[in-house]
Parts: sequence; structure tokens; C-alpha cells
Amino acid sequence: MSEETSIFGPYTHAKSSISRTMGLVMLSLLPATLFGLYQFGWPAIFLFLTTIVACVLAEAFSLRVAGKPIKPFVMDGSAILTGWLLAMTLPPWAPWWIGLIGALLAIIVAKQVFGGLGQNLFNPAMVARVALLISFPLEMTLFNQPVPMFSAQAPGFLESLAITFGSSDAIDAVSSATTLGHLKTELGRGVALPEAATTTVSIWQQLWGQTSGSLGETSALLLLLGGLFLIYKKVINWHIPVSMLGTLALLAGLFHLIDPNSYVGPMTHLLSGAAILCAFFIATDLVTSPVSIRGQILFGAGCGLLIYAIRTWAGYPEGVAFAVMLMNACTPLIDHYLKPRIYGRDRKGQPLVYSNEGTDRK
Amino acid sequence: MGLFNLLFGQKGFTHGIHPPYHKDTADKPIRRLPFPPQLVLPLDQHIGKPAIPLVVKGQEVVRGEPIAKADGNFSVPLHAPATGRVAGIELMPTPKGPKTSAILIDVYEGSTQEVLWEQPRDMSELSPQEIIQAIQDSGMVGLGGAAFPSHMKLAIPDDKQVDTLIVNGCECEPYLTCDHRIMLEHPKALLRGIRYAMRATGTEKAIIGIEDNKMDAVELLKGHLSKGSPVEVKAVETKYPQGSEKMLIKSALDREVPTGGLPADVGVVVNNVGTLAGLGDLLPKGRGLIERVITVAGPGIAKPGNYLVPLGTPIRHILDHVGYEGARTEFILGGPMMGPAVSALDTPITKGTSGLLVLNEPSIEEESHKIWPCIRCARCVSACPMHLNPSMLGQLAAKRKYEEMAEDYHLTDCFECGCCSYVCPSNIPLVQYFRIAKAINREQAA
Repeated sequence: MSEETSIFGPYTHAKSSISRTMGLVMLSLLPATLFGLYQFGWPAIFLFLTTIVACVLAEAFSLRVAGKPIKPFVMDGSAILTGWLLAMTLPPWAPWWIGLIGALLAIIVAKQVFGGLGQNLFNPAMVARVALLISFPLEMTLFNQPVPMFSAQAPGFLESLAITFGSSDAIDAVSSATTLGHLKTELGRGVALPEAATTTVSIWQQLWGQTSGSLGETSALLLLLGGLFLIYKKVINWHIPVSMLGTLALLAGLFHLIDPNSYVGPMTHLLSGAAILCAFFIATDLVTSPVSIRGQILFGAGCGLLIYAIRTWAGYPEGVAFAVMLMNACTPLIDHYLKPRIYGRDRKGQPLVYSNEGTDRK
Repeated sequence: MGLFNLLFGQKGFTHGIHPPYHKDTADKPIRRLPFPPQLVLPLDQHIGKPAIPLVVKGQEVVRGEPIAKADGNFSVPLHAPATGRVAGIELMPTPKGPKTSAILIDVYEGSTQEVLWEQPRDMSELSPQEIIQAIQDSGMVGLGGAAFPSHMKLAIPDDKQVDTLIVNGCECEPYLTCDHRIMLEHPKALLRGIRYAMRATGTEKAIIGIEDNKMDAVELLKGHLSKGSPVEVKAVETKYPQGSEKMLIKSALDREVPTGGLPADVGVVVNNVGTLAGLGDLLPKGRGLIERVITVAGPGIAKPGNYLVPLGTPIRHILDHVGYEGARTEFILGGPMMGPAVSALDTPITKGTSGLLVLNEPSIEEESHKIWPCIRCARCVSACPMHLNPSMLGQLAAKRKYEEMAEDYHLTDCFECGCCSYVCPSNIPLVQYFRIAKAINREQAA
């Protein structure tokens, strides 16, 4: 498909290409990723690399089976990005096969079966994440405290190999619940929120990312930085992040005001879990989000609403992956009903009507 | 209305693109080129019915003399751009594609650039009807590129009333600067032409819309206007396709032409500055349109600039005079966004040709040749000045669902400005798809 060539006008073209778009997204993910890898050490690096390599191999395999040219499609960077995003949502010390199975699910089931690049209905990384969470609840919910590289508690290279590729109980020593997980458990036991929150990390620690959590989700600040860079570079619009985070904060604020003892406040909702990562990098996935501005606002608000509902009233402490997939499913519908008003037509698509004087607006 | 407009209170059309403008020839004064040995004058240089030849092979013609007459109202005559002998009437290549009938004139060596045939008239005595007739007799068409007969445009139907004449000085296509030079060098002819057009249409107000990258032209024209003049000069945002009729009406007056309607439906008539300056010059002298200003530019050109060339000049002759690197093979007539590429160097400059661009092969080739799948990034959606959904239209085109494109996604509203193709990171030739889809739909409707 990519071997076709075009020689038609216009005879000038913007500096844009798929690989450039993917490259910009990866560049903006880099600070948060490097920080995550530093925080969780060698096992995280092994898992990260395993997931990405598995994604690229799965992509090459699928393209071969489909009879499509392999090199240009692998080089476009979309498979690397999928692996990258998936790895960022995994528990950092998860075993290698979690990354491998996730990669196969993301690339083969969620992307290539639908027809490859641009054809998938659901965000591949989120499909993989949800499938893994349901299939391997133990491995997918075992989080560990940050043990920065070169620190005393950090596992050595060989020990890390054992954590990722072998069997090691090292994680038991440092395992720790995420903020959202901890609050959910405590609230479930009937503990009032202010009391439960005393043992969680401070807002500043969450902002920086010095907390247990998925590999690349912890540093809200660095993710925010990357997200703003993407908006600046016009790879994404501001509408989805703002409407998603706005809805989440609004709902959290409202319920927190009503009953501070049972409902977590907006800052915790925004800064913990995958909220920021999702708002800028996952919900904004070009392929699976609506194309119109009004559609994007609705999509973002829907994500925010669902994330809040799942976190607050459903069984899982974190609901980003489910929320995004549910809204992905709504995207074709949103695109169908929320079309922009066309120049010279009204919202229903009928030609504008002017009075005989010619100058009076309808 | 977009956030930008909301914040800065700027009226204008939304969406559009900012391509590199390359207006390097803006400071190059208009220069004449010598006559070519032979002129090629297609009979259908305008939209409408082709003109009917008035000359036969071997006949001698003088510069300015009518050589073909209009075929009815929706047609314009043709005048000899140089003194010489008619070499024949043959099928010749044109920028439009298929070969069409053209009058060939062997130009006499030493042929003068004086116009030898004219019928001066006192413009102040003409009625609107007579002005319209005079415009048709001059063979004037929209020089911005559309080549729509000007007398048709300025003849307002009885059931419509227009209040404003919009003068299009946007020149939003990259590279082109001929309209800019005309505004700078012939402001008086332009203002004369505006007065004639206002009288012909019965409008009491005129707005000259100029993109704000040509502030010298804005200031100069303002200086020529007295206080209380019905003509207003308005700087509009530099943004492609600002020079599209519908976009400029939106920017200048905040009115939207209804789908399927004409500018007259919202009380407006739009004319290009080159066209009106041409009328201002030709009408009092009673001459016909025999030459026009074109911008010759692009990285392949040795002496880029603005040249006054006789209609019918083969582009090979122009290239010989300005000098170009032979390795470049992409010759574009008009701007790079909407102009067609031609391969035959015998192709002549016609009334609707606003530029001749010779583009570097790599500047076309680089990334833009490989077509990738659509990733629904919606850049085209935020670029389309008509607010269509090119992404969806493109996917439907790939599935050959041409009817659905027209019925559900309003394909016919597309005026092929090329913004969608320009921004597409997958290099999908969207505009080309849409042209094909429209052609197939037209065929099926017929």
C-alpha cells in the first residue's frame, strides 16, 4: 500500500509524515519514561525493552502474513509507540511474559486483525492492558515502591534479570499498594478517608512521581510537560485533555465537597493512576478518537466521567483503560452525529437561507 | 468560531493553512518579454462556449484586432496579441488537459508592441448595460485563475440585488506576486476598473481585500482614496485559501454564500484585482485583452520575476528567456496549491494563467510520493475551509462509495483548494480522489 506514489497537486506539502508524528509522541514520552525507568531500575528496563521488541516482531509477523511490505510499516514507528505506551501502563516489575503477551494482544488482536495502521477501533495498548488485567489479576496488580537506580535497595543487574525473566521473590520485599489501590481498600474496610490518606504519599511526591505505580504513569509533572509539547507541536488538540481532566476534577470536587469522608479529592484523582498519561497520550490516540472538535470534547468528557465512576463505585481502583475502550466504541457514533457545520449550510446540512434583501443574516 | 478569533476578535474564515509563501518576486517590477516566433491561442481560454474564429489560414492580423467572436452570451471574443499571419487553426495542448482548437499566429519579426487596433470610447456616457457589453467585447475573464467571463459575473440577475463589490487582492497562493505588483504599479487603472464595475453592478460600496503580508499595497491604495470614498481597503489575515471567493466574502463581510448559491445571493459580487485593473485600462481605449502579467518563479528559475506576456506565448519561450535548469521537470501553471502541472512545453499561457512555476524535483518528491493509510489524525478536518470531513471522504473514496460521499458528506461543497492534501501526514492525494469522485458522480447523473 505504501508503495503507491502520488504525483498530483498540490505541489507543496506540509512537513508532516506518520513517522514524524509517531516520533514526536515518543519524544514527548521520553522524560516521564526515563524517570520511570530510573525509579524502578533494571527490571523496569528489561520489561520496557521486552514489550517494545515483542511489539515490533509481532508487527513484522502480521505484515508478512497479510502480504504487506514489512520494512516501511515497521519503520513508521507505530508498533514501537504501541509497545512503549503499553509498557508504561504495566507494573514495573512484572515478569517478561506479561510484556510479551500484552504485545501480542495489542499488535495482533487489537491492531492487525482490524486491518493494521489506522483501522483499529480500540486503542491497542488499552486492549492489551484490559485483557492482561482480567487474565492475570495477580501479576497486574502487584506494584512495588520506587527503588531508584544506584540506590541501596535497588536490585543489581543479575538480580534484576531474575526478577523479570526468572522467578524471584524480591518484589515481595518492596511491594506496595498504589495510592488509588490503598484508598480503595481502606474505604472498603469502612475507614474514613482523612484517616486512610495519612499513610499515602504527599501531593508533591505524586507530582514528581516518587510513588508506587505503573512504569510510566507516576510522574504527573513530566507527563504534563510532554503533553503540552504535543499540543504545542499540534500533534494533538487541547480539547480532549482539557475536557477529560476537567470532567474528572469537577466530579471529584463535587462529591468530595458533599462527603469528604468517602470521596477522594480532585487533586488525588488527577495526579494518581493513569489520568495524566491517558489525557494526553491515550485518549488522544488519533486513530481511535473523534475527528471533530465538538466530538473530541464529548469524548474527553465521557472518558473523565467513566474514569471517575469506575474508580469510585466499581470494583477496580483504576478505570482508565476501561473508560477509554468504552469511549473508543462510541467514536464512530460521535463522528456520525457531531459533524461540524459546513460553510454555507446549517447544522442539519441544509443550505443557508437569506432574505430577499440579501444582507440580513438568517 | 475558533478560539483564536474569539480571543482576538478577528473576523474571518476559520480553518485553512499557512504554507511557506515564497513571495520572493514581490519586489520584481513587471517587465515585458519579447514576442515568441509563434503564438498559440486556444479558442476556449475561458469557461463557457469556445469563441468562433473570424480569421482564416494565411490572413494577416494586427496587434489588438479581434480574431474570434463570442459564441452567444456565455462566451468571450479573442484578440490578436501580435501582428503577424495566421498559420492555421489546429488542435494544440492546453493547461486544461485535452488538446483543443487554437489559432496559430506566425509573428512578424520586428512586430511592434504598439496596439494597432482600438476603438476609444467615453466611459462616462455608457449605461450599465453598455458597460457590460463593452466588457464582453474586451474579452475579459477572471484573471485570478478561474477564467470565468467577467461580463457574466458583473451582470446581476434581475431577481438579485448586490450592495458590495469585493475586490480580491489576496493572492493567497504561494509564489504568485503578479496581483501584488499590479496593485503597486497600476493603482489608478485598478480604481478606474472598480468604478466601472460598481456602475455596471449598481453597487454603492467596494472593499478591496488584501492579505496582510502586502501592507505596502494596502497603504498605497489607501493613499489614492479620498475621504468619503465608497471604496475601502481592508487588510485580511494571510492564510490560504483567503483568496477563494467564499472565504473572502466571509472575511470581508462575515457573510456566508449558501450552498449551491452565488455571491449575489448574499448581495456581493467578487472580482480579482488583475481583472479590474485590466478593465480600467482596456475599456476607455476600447481594446481587447491581449496580454497579461504572470509570475515566473520557483527554485528552478534563473531570473524569477513578474512578466507581461502576450497571450498564447508557449511556456518554452518564457523559459528560454528567464533561464531554467533543464533537470527540473515539474512545470506548474498557476500556484502550487491549485495549478495544474503540464508536461508539454508547447502549452501556451492563456487568459487564466497567473503563474509559471518550475519546482525543484526534490521539493515535490521528498516525502510526498508515498501514500500511507489514513490514521484519522483529523488534520484535514481542521484544515478544510469548508468544514468538510476529508478524512471520511477519503476513506469512502477508497471504497468507491461515491454516492455516499455526495449525499452524506457533501462532496459537492469541496472546491478543491488542496488544504487536506497539503496537511495529510499519510500523503493521501485527497483532492485527486475528490476530483475523480465528482467526475464519476457527474457521469452517473448525466
